[in-house]
Amino acid sequence: MTTKLFGEPIPRREDPRLVTGRGRFLDDLGGRALAAAFVRSPHAHARVVDIDVAGALDVEGLVAVYTWDDLGGRVGEPLPLLIPHPALTHGRTGYPLARDVVRHVGEPVAMVVATDRYLAEDAADRILVGYEPLPPVVGIEAAAAADHLVHEDVPGNAGARLVQEVPGPDGLSAPAAIERAPHRLEFRLAIERSASMPLEGRGVYARWDADDESLRVYSSTQTSTSVRMAIAAKLDLPPAKVEVIAPDVGGGFGVKIVHPWPEEILVPWAARLLGREVKWTEDRREHFTSSAHERGQVHFVRVGFDDEGRILGLDVRFLHDHGAYTPYGIIVPIITSTQLLGPYKVGAYRVEFTSLYTNTVQVTPYRGAGRPQGVFCMERTMDRVAVHLGRDRTLVRAANLIQPGDFPYDQGLTFQDGRPLIYDSGDYPELLRMVKELIGWDDFGKAQTEAAVRGRRLGLGLACYVEGTGVGPYEGGHVEVDSSGRVHVSTGLTSQGQGHQTVFAQIAAAELGVPIEDIRVTTGDTRRFRYAVGTFASRAAVLSGNAIALACRALRDKALRIAADALEADPRDLEIEDGIVRIRGNPAASIPLRTVAVLSNPLRYAFDEEAARATQFAVGGSTDQPPVAEGEQPGLEGTQYYSPVRSTFAAGAHAAIVETDPDTAEVRVLRYAVVHDCGRLINPRIVEGQIHGGVAQGIGGALYERLIYDEHGQLLNASFMDFLMPYATEIPAIETAHLETPSPLNPLGVKGAGEAGVIPVSAVIAAAIEDAEGIRIEEMPISPDDLFRLRERARRAAGESSGAEAGEARPV
Amino acid sequence: MTEERLDVEMTVNGVPRGARVPARRLLSDFLRHDLGLTGTHVGCEHGVCGCCTVLLDGEPVRSCLMFAVGAAGHAVTTVEGLAAPGGSPSPVQRAFAECHALQCGFCTPGFLCTVTALLRDRPRPTDDEVMAGISGNLCRCTGYQNIVKAVHRASELMAEAE
Amino acid sequence: MKPPPFAYRAPRTLDEALAALAEYGADAKVLAGGQSLIPLLNMRLAAPAVIVDINRIGALDTVFVDATGVRIGALARQRRVERATDAARVQPLIGQALRHIAHPVIRVRGTVVGSLAHADPAAELPVVLAVLGGSVEVASAAGGRRAIPAAEFFAGALEPALRPGELAVGAFFPALGPRAGTAFAETARRHGDYGLAGVAAVVALDDDLRVAAARIGCLGVAATPFVLDLTDVLGHRPPDSCDWSAAAEHAKRAVRPEADIHAGGDYRRHLIGVLTERTLRAAAAAARDGVIDD
Ligand SMILES: Cc1cc2nc3c(=O)[nH]c(=O)nc-3n(C[C@H](O)[C@H](O)[C@H](O)COP(=O)(O)OP(=O)(O)OC[C@H]3O[C@@H](n4cnc5c(N)ncnc54)[C@H](O)[C@@H]3O)c2cc1C
Ligand code: FES
Ligand code: FES
Repeated sequence: MTTKLFGEPIPRREDPRLVTGRGRFLDDLGGRALAAAFVRSPHAHARVVDIDVAGALDVEGLVAVYTWDDLGGRVGEPLPLLIPHPALTHGRTGYPLARDVVRHVGEPVAMVVATDRYLAEDAADRILVGYEPLPPVVGIEAAAAADHLVHEDVPGNAGARLVQEVPGPDGLSAPAAIERAPHRLEFRLAIERSASMPLEGRGVYARWDADDESLRVYSSTQTSTSVRMAIAAKLDLPPAKVEVIAPDVGGGFGVKIVHPWPEEILVPWAARLLGREVKWTEDRREHFTSSAHERGQVHFVRVGFDDEGRILGLDVRFLHDHGAYTPYGIIVPIITSTQLLGPYKVGAYRVEFTSLYTNTVQVTPYRGAGRPQGVFCMERTMDRVAVHLGRDRTLVRAANLIQPGDFPYDQGLTFQDGRPLIYDSGDYPELLRMVKELIGWDDFGKAQTEAAVRGRRLGLGLACYVEGTGVGPYEGGHVEVDSSGRVHVSTGLTSQGQGHQTVFAQIAAAELGVPIEDIRVTTGDTRRFRYAVGTFASRAAVLSGNAIALACRALRDKALRIAADALEADPRDLEIEDGIVRIRGNPAASIPLRTVAVLSNPLRYAFDEEAARATQFAVGGSTDQPPVAEGEQPGLEGTQYYSPVRSTFAAGAHAAIVETDPDTAEVRVLRYAVVHDCGRLINPRIVEGQIHGGVAQGIGGALYERLIYDEHGQLLNASFMDFLMPYATEIPAIETAHLETPSPLNPLGVKGAGEAGVIPVSAVIAAAIEDAEGIRIEEMPISPDDLFRLRERARRAAGESSGAEAGEARPV
Repeated sequence: MTEERLDVEMTVNGVPRGARVPARRLLSDFLRHDLGLTGTHVGCEHGVCGCCTVLLDGEPVRSCLMFAVGAAGHAVTTVEGLAAPGGSPSPVQRAFAECHALQCGFCTPGFLCTVTALLRDRPRPTDDEVMAGISGNLCRCTGYQNIVKAVHRASELMAEAE
Repeated sequence: MKPPPFAYRAPRTLDEALAALAEYGADAKVLAGGQSLIPLLNMRLAAPAVIVDINRIGALDTVFVDATGVRIGALARQRRVERATDAARVQPLIGQALRHIAHPVIRVRGTVVGSLAHADPAAELPVVLAVLGGSVEVASAAGGRRAIPAAEFFAGALEPALRPGELAVGAFFPALGPRAGTAFAETARRHGDYGLAGVAAVVALDDDLRVAAARIGCLGVAATPFVLDLTDVLGHRPPDSCDWSAAAEHAKRAVRPEADIHAGGDYRRHLIGVLTERTLRAAAAAARDGVIDD
């Protein structure tokens, strides 16, 4: 029974707590801690001339005010550049508190600590900062023009430039292949900024133990282990004296992988300095202006193809908006440039990106992490090719797909982990077939025509993607069975709602043969597991899942060895079921796992009856062997790591039917279909949930959300009133189907599932609107106002050319 | 500068509670920090996300858009008070777990309070009524589909219990 | 995002409230449902020295309905008014518009009069009051009571014609005349958002079921509610032979909306055309159905 848990849609084990208000989120902790608040720059680009804190000093409850001048040692140095890359020739990071120049609205300038947040904000309001405004750089194309610089020592505002080239089978470069191709197209595409926007913002709570000279920090982070190392380094503490715990985290979606945030350094630093608990809970406005955004890119595409639509050469140049700093390196544009190819073989490929600084909030991964832009580029290209040739859009895609026999398939590029981009497994033609069937591709034309007769405009769009998941370097798992038979599983990476406590317990239950009720899972607590990387890039199930499986397998072997001794049997004849080790075919001869745990730890002292069985006068056995056999360790526990050679590649295809209002230009998504392959499913319900949530974020990004800066670098919609995240009323029901091609790369055969939902949505919706309207969609997101303008433009163009060649023919 | 403090007393989850707080203390902060009922969450503090929704005399309200003094003398129900007195989860709580209507769980308390009031007024809601009922609560994780399912499921569970 | 400090007064009677407002004058801010004021305080975009909370003045929590119209007290919540069937019979436009305000949970606290006093150019209720030719009743300790017609009350964006020391104690929405119908429509980005543009329409028919009067009120197109009489444009014809699109075109030409981050002026003007036609048709149909029902 228990072994069947793998693959079952069992209910989540974290829910009983969360539905009764017993979650422990960051701000639920530290009720008595001092509160921190920050004075943040109101300017996008300015020199800090002076800071006058006098007005704050008579605020009752004020404890401390800090500016950069107060930060000694490594705390005052720039924040680390987390992921260096040779192409990032001009990487820049900010200071925890601005030193002389602020480069985006929201950059922290001073820190206030007071007895509560209300008073801390009162004091922050009374601190007067003198600024000398500098010219702001806003918008990708303005950054490229470089009339002004974000960092005076970064010419052209270009932090990085990277080119990757893969010649075609005939050895031709992409430009040459395009030149010789029977058909050529050239166009520009753009995607605007959005953001992860978890409903819980960031937060840090620190406790300094002066007697022990140790620090405990809680952070709403996607990587507690790495936050710990960063704090230890910055505060010059031995890592052993720093504990970092990610409590319940109210969503991350990428933004919480960035670290250390200024606040993650400053709050523990102040706690040590003051000898008091300090907590900072980010408010929504701070989250908008002081965390991170993503997505903004402009692409220039050249493509050459044959009569079937087979792509012979693809040349993409794109500009990536990096915001003011590059703490997370150039991971996002690298992913865009490599994952752009999706499930296709494109002949020759050349991609070049320039990563540009602007006076806006920094850009770091948001769910999908560069893939939505890449997929938008590739899939819009496929649609352009199809329209140009007058062929069905799925036929053009089919002509380019990598075939099931082609795996492992080497795209010839270097991926975000510095390793070759080699797809491990998949069946892309089947994905395409399934999604066509699910959405009713072949019958849609009829429905569209019928709707048109009744004055309704329907459109159908489709997009495919491949997602590199489960990137290294590694994760670990620790498993321990205690003398009451409880199984404690821990792994270092963190959870933000993915149901790890359930999924990892399913893996452990299946591997060990114990009831899931006996399993307790801990994630993101450096007291329990110190070596880990973090939760991002759909890697938790692959990395920690496999590490836990390996740890369980090792533990199981050990348990069987000890049990075999006790039962005087051969370990190979033993099995574990429902937490009991028994001889196969002889159920009478058995020993509970909890007793095995007791026996694994030879004792001198008995603290309960169970333990008494392991004390020196109770255990029998040989007296000429050491109580702990050579090569063994006491305790029924063990740690294993899983470190993959390469990423695994999940894939999928989405399709949607939209309706556009002929009068108001509003867009409604009528149907949304997802076919998805993430290898073996551990818990299909959780995977579906991930897809639903991802698609909802994708629809938000396609139709509602954008971060709007004015030319002065002011974020004009830094609130939930104006940054339009979809409510239930904006999201359609999502229809899903799964394909399971196991990954050959890991013991469980799994691939990641966390980001799949969001990746192709903008491409799908753009295609569907284009289909409904007969107007080319080249920029996303698209609002009713945008569509209205496109219609007006098309009408004017049609008028001018007297209807002769009004763009492309209306596909009705 | 000493800020005036007021004695604020109200019934929370059936129990009289009180604290001495400044007039500007938001009800959300009062519940969370003065009374230690941290189940009510705060996601925006400008009334849009719905995470902070509690029941005031049985009606759902944003606790971030009320001062604690304004709730003085009233009865407040938070997520901690939705379960039956014995502690067994309410049909709405059960349905949310059963239908996988939560992921990170941060928005959940607000949804639970909203839906509890919705189903009290409309025990068998139509799809449209469910949509309208939950339309003021944001969830960034679930895509809402399972939340809609959970509302209908809760309605079934309530009907079965009768 | 925590509100700044303020002194707090919670009067229990109207007289106490007016006394407090008289005492603090321009330093005081009235707190009704708080659904607009408290977000502003939390963001520290407003920092009044004194808050006069009127939520404990039970005498203001009233909805009076008679043949002349609907009189709504300053503490009547939007949710309560939305559910008031007698009010809907006398003046259906109020309820039609209320359903477009935010979400049910916001309407549980938000007051009708608070929305009028907030005078947001994108809000629904000011347009309703304006198109119906209603009024706001205000009171002060010194000046007693006066009724301010809607056309004067909305002086500018977020600028009601209230003097320091004055409290809006109620609003009067005139009853729908005989053979008349109303309709409300708006286009918002998300369900429940403030409208990008919206139109409230009132159409009255004469004894021969020809259009006797047609008025619209528009939101989102100017600093204050924009009211337009389209009776002459429609030319006293039976609804079936009215040129609704000409009226819509007329409305479109009459407005000069500005752009904001959510929509441009051209699009808003276009929407006014679309929504004018939709609401006029619906209001005329309702007027005729009303006659047939009677
Ligand atoms: C998420 C959200 C969405 C919203 N969406 C909409 C929407 O789509 N459409 C819409 O119209 N509104 C919307 N609102 C605002 C809501 O309708 C408010 O309730 C309303 O605008 C103000 O009413 P209130 O009673 O809450 O007033 P308050 O917030 O208490 O007061 C608002 C202003 O009016 C003044 N005031 C209030 N009452 C009086 C009085 N009796 N005399 C003198 N001055 C007074 C106050 O001093 C303050 O300046 C939304 C609010 C939120 C939080
Ligand atoms: S915190 Fe109250 S609505 Fe968001
Ligand atoms: S479950 Fe995470 S926000 Fe709803």
